[in-house]
This record gives sequence, C-alpha cells and structure tokens, in this order.
Amino acid sequence: MLTNRSKVVSKKEMSLSERLYLPAIASGLSITFKHIFKKVPTIRYPEQKREIASVYRGQHVLKRDENGAERCTACGLCAVACPAEAITMDAAERKKGEEGLYREEKYASVYEINMLRCIFCGLCEEACPKEAIFLTNRIVDTEYGRNSFIYGKDKLVEKIDARIDVSERQTEKTIEFKKISLAIIICLLLKLRI
Amino acid sequence: MPKVTIDDIEIEVPDGTTILQAARMIGGEVVPPAMCYHSKLKTSGGYCRTCIVKVEKGSEKDPRPMPKPVPSCRTTVMDGMVVRNKTAPDIVEARAGIVEFLLINHPLDCPVCDQAGECDLQDLAYEHGKSHSRYDFQRRTFEKIDIGEHIKLHMTRCILCYRCVKTAEQITDGRVHGVIYRGDAAEISTYIQNVIDNDFSGNVIDVCPVGALTDRTFRFKSRVWFTKPVDAHRDCPKCSGQVRLWEKGGEVLRVTARKDKYGEVESFICNECRYDKKNASDWVIEGPSKVDRHSVIGANHYENSVLSATDDRQQTGLPHGKKVELGEGALNPNNIY
Repeated sequence: MLTNRSKVVSKKEMSLSERLYLPAIASGLSITFKHIFKKVPTIRYPEQKREIASVYRGQHVLKRDENGAERCTACGLCAVACPAEAITMDAAERKKGEEGLYREEKYASVYEINMLRCIFCGLCEEACPKEAIFLTNRIVDTEYGRNSFIYGKDKLVEKIDARIDVSERQTEKTIEFKKISLAIIICLLLKLRI
Repeated sequence: MPKVTIDDIEIEVPDGTTILQAARMIGGEVVPPAMCYHSKLKTSGGYCRTCIVKVEKGSEKDPRPMPKPVPSCRTTVMDGMVVRNKTAPDIVEARAGIVEFLLINHPLDCPVCDQAGECDLQDLAYEHGKSHSRYDFQRRTFEKIDIGEHIKLHMTRCILCYRCVKTAEQITDGRVHGVIYRGDAAEISTYIQNVIDNDFSGNVIDVCPVGALTDRTFRFKSRVWFTKPVDAHRDCPKCSGQVRLWEKGGEVLRVTARKDKYGEVESFICNECRYDKKNASDWVIEGPSKVDRHSVIGANHYENSVLSATDDRQQTGLPHGKKVELGEGALNPNNIY
C-alpha cells in the first residue's frame, strides 16, 4: 500500500474456454514457436566476438617509448587517482647502463594492478603525466584463483617485439586536451597544505 | 603600536613588525605566499619576490603611496599604512609573472621529484601560476651532486631562495655552504664539494621549499602521499627531539622536523634523529599529524579526515564532547566542506 500500486486479486469463476485448458496450451506453444524463428540476441563467445569501440576500456598496458625504454617513472599519480585503489607500486633508481630500459632516472620496480578491484574507469590513463599507462581493447582473461588476477609488470608492460597500438586513444585531440589539463590535474592531485 | 590595514582589515602590531608578519597575525586569505622568507631564520627573505604587496598609503605622516610593489617580508609597517594584497588586481598579476620567472629554469620533473606533494613551489604555481610556459629556450641544467652521504642537491630545481645558506650559517658553526657565481649562473655549492658534517646539517632539507635538497635515505622510497605523517618525540641530548615520522605499513621511511601551516620548520632536529632513528621503537608516538583536508597527503587516509573534522568542530565551537566515530565525522557535509 505504500507504493499505491498493489492490485486486488480477483477470484472469479473460470470461463468455459479457460476450463478447456487446450486453448491456453496452444497460445503458449505459439509464442514458443514464434521465438524459434526470431533473430537470436546472443553470440557464441569466444568463437564469435562482438564488435567493441576502438576506445574500449579493457586490460591495461604500460607503454615503452620509441627506443624500447619503459615510460613509467612510478610517480604514483595513477594510484592516487584510482577510485578502487587497485594500483600499487614501488620505485627504484635507474643504475648506470640501464638507460635503454627505463626512460627516466626513477622507474617502477614493482607495478601491480588488481584486476578484481579495477573498475576500468580510465582515471589512471587520464592522470598519467608520462603517457605510460593506457587501457586497451583487450578483455582481461578469466582465472581460477584470486591471486592470479594481480597483474605485475610481466603482464602489464608491453613486449618489445609485440607492441600494443594505442594510436586510437592517443589522438592529436586527446594529446592537446591532456596538455591543457595535465598541469591542472597534477597540481590538483599534488596540492598540499599541512 | 602602529596600526596597519591589510586588505581592509585593520590590526595593531608591535614596532618593527614586517607587513608579512602583520598579515600572518590576521591570518587566512590576506597572507602573502613566501618562498624565501622563513620565520625561524634571521635575515631570510627579500630574494624571491612572491610576497610583494601594494602599499597604497605609506603612513599617517606621509600618506603618499609607495611607487612600486614592495616585498612584504622585508618592509616594516608604519602607523596608518594601507596595504593591498589579494584585493589589488595588479599585485595578483605581478605575482603570476614572478611565478613564471621562478619556473623558467625549473624542470617539469615533479613525477620523479621526492618533494612532489609537499612542495611550496607546486602550491604556489597552482594558486598563482599559468598552466603553460611561454619560455622557448633551453632550461639550464646541472649534474646532481651528493652533499655528504645524506643529502642530494638537484641544482636544476633550485630557485635560489638562500634558505639553506642561512640555515648553514646560523645553525652550523663554520660556513661551508653558499651561493657561488652571479645572476643567471648562480648556484648553491659547498665549495669544492665540502662535506657538511655538522650535527644539524640535515635541516637544509627541511627548509628547502622545492626539491633541490632531498634526503638520500628517503630517495625514491615512496611518494609523499603514500606515507602517513605521525608526530613523535624522543629524549635527544642534542635537539628538541620533536619530529614527524613518515610511515608506510608500520615502517618509518623518513624523519623530518615538524612544519607549521606555512611550511616552515617549528624546531630544528639533529642528524642522528633524522637519519639513524628509523625504527618506530625509537620514538614515543604522539598521534597522527594534522594534515589539511585539501592536502594530497590526506588522500586515502581516512583517519586524517576524521582528525580534521574534529579539529573543525573545535574551531567552530560545535559540541565535541562526544567521541567522533569514522562515519559521523567523515560523512557529515558540514565537516567536509
């Protein structure tokens, strides 16, 4: 009665056609057979795959630069931007001779994303000042255990011989937008007054 | 007792007070930002020009306005002086220009810099600066220098505020640390890499408003906002022993002096406290440090939001006899905003 939508059930006597039972069976079966000839809304995944947007937000990738060095400097902005707190990292200092491996003097020695926590909102990508982390149109694999959903650098960093194309996401327009908003985002995230 | 009016707020201050100190007595919005002035260091201030204000009326006896913006940290008040800071549009514009000059040679390496998150220059650029740079030329660059085994000098980040030089002069005995060369070529140096081995030399890290002098024992250990600041003390024979520990997962990553709301050190601490006492068992923990609600250091630390909420209550005079629980403090919109 709170919603004012309750209906009073009528308990009238059934008519003759209703008591005959067969007409109701026939109408029910007709609906069933009609659906056999309708277009099926489901697909046979994984043989068939649905078309997804080019900027679909799926599994992350940590990009390397054109020389193959990792772009991530473990600045922690993705982790602080992450609403699900799925990202953790440890930083280390680049040693002499590792210039080809890491782009800047600091790099992420450990970088982990908990894919069960991640909500694929893309805020890490937006916060990244080094164009290092991107979401891709790959779907995260299913696993048997919870621990295997914690993706480390072995799964996140792109392989040198199998680069992942993010040019669809990193268009001129988005680069320009990031340039403008980056300073604001960095400052917003890092603003401090004790 | 001269009377001075800053942004239409009148205050009576003792003789010899500077405009900046008078503004800090009022507090709030009227306080000009300062990069080189440090209340605990004598003769500091006058270099960075971020604290410039407009003097509309010199004094009661000589009511002429001052011809140019004046640095408020070095200008003493006169009776009847009328000062404008935030309410003068030309001062706000001039300050934006000064921030632009400070950032001319400053590298954009905040993602790498250990100071990010507690950097005065970052705050200043956020509040007063422009979001883009008009500078087309090469920024000056320097090699990184190790000053002793505990301090790293990134000369590229330095804004030449002279705070560390004043600290070295006033807290350490001999003068082994200074600024060499002039003008554009000026740089902080220890004269042929002299090692600072004074007991209080570590304080140059805390007074540095940017990331030019950083703690090598904390280098790249963690970003500031992943650590939790805790006030603690110990019975130290050399210094006050009043410090702030920066913890992560129960481990003390860094020990610094406590800083006030202007980012200035409250009491200087010795090197033993700073570098050698990195176990929680060495310290008597007083409780979480007070962190501003808007600070990134408070991000994801829920105990801090409760702390600042209770603090707000005390300030606004709301009843606080009852124990504040997490939900109540954190979710009450009056406390958050």
